[in-house]
Amino acid sequence: MKATVTVMLKNGVLDPQGEAVRRALGSLGFEGVHGVRQGKVIELDLTAADRAAAETEVRAMCEKLLANTVIESYRIEIA
Amino acid sequence: MKAAVVVFPGSNCDRDLAVALRNAGAEVTMAWHKDDALPPGTDLVAVPGGFSFGDYLRCGAIAARSPIGTAVQAHARRGGYVLGVCNGFQVLTEMGLLPGALMRNAGLKFICREAALRVATTNSAFTEGYEAGQEVRFPVAHHDGNYFADDETLARLRDEDRVAFTYASSLNGSVEDIAGVLSANRRVLGLMPHPERAADPGHGGTDGLALFRGLVGQLAAA
Repeated sequence: MKATVTVMLKNGVLDPQGEAVRRALGSLGFEGVHGVRQGKVIELDLTAADRAAAETEVRAMCEKLLANTVIESYRIEIA
Repeated sequence: MKAAVVVFPGSNCDRDLAVALRNAGAEVTMAWHKDDALPPGTDLVAVPGGFSFGDYLRCGAIAARSPIGTAVQAHARRGGYVLGVCNGFQVLTEMGLLPGALMRNAGLKFICREAALRVATTNSAFTEGYEAGQEVRFPVAHHDGNYFADDETLARLRDEDRVAFTYASSLNGSVEDIAGVLSANRRVLGLMPHPERAADPGHGGTDGLALFRGLVGQLAAA
């Protein structure tokens, strides 16, 4: 079973890197980009066969290590 | 007074911190990240600057969860003293021993220069050797020193007088120019600037001496 975790800065937390990317896009002539938020994607290969158990496990991983919930939010997709 | 300086793969200020503590009168032992216990009788744990575990995932994230990290957290929960400088500050926030988080500098650049700071509180073993509001100069060298905490946390830090140092002028985007914060029991300090790099006349400044002397003096007396 595979899990994909997307970690993003929380809304309201300024993302200086995303902002730099937005300005760079503008300077390349891509107009109409109002905002850019940059995050990270973490792919996990799991031995778990049960979907619900895998999700519970990955959620614990996010809370303990994969995301810093002071500044980041996460989204889990199990496939 | 016994101090343990924690060493992670990628730490690079561990020796500087050990020298500063030793010169202030502490008995210093180095503690490797794989150790699951601190040296017996440790009064102070010092978490040095550097790039622990290559800054992988987030600065300080892996170090915070290493075997020695667990021992450091237990030491702090028992009321032990902990000092985290630069990457050490990031490690302490990742451990949850200090509130907030250190994010990428607002200007996105690595900042490596001397910075003027203000001593925001003298009510701690770390800062009692300074005058309130005193301006000190410590070198800074970081890419992720942009301190963030939500409004509620900031209000608590203010109310409890837990901001230890602020930048005299805006440096890296830190909220309220915060450079260092204390734990609720005032025994854990994390700061981005490097007092250990301003602790010998050869460094070009000695403003960091009062921090190490005050701390070692307090703990030796305790």
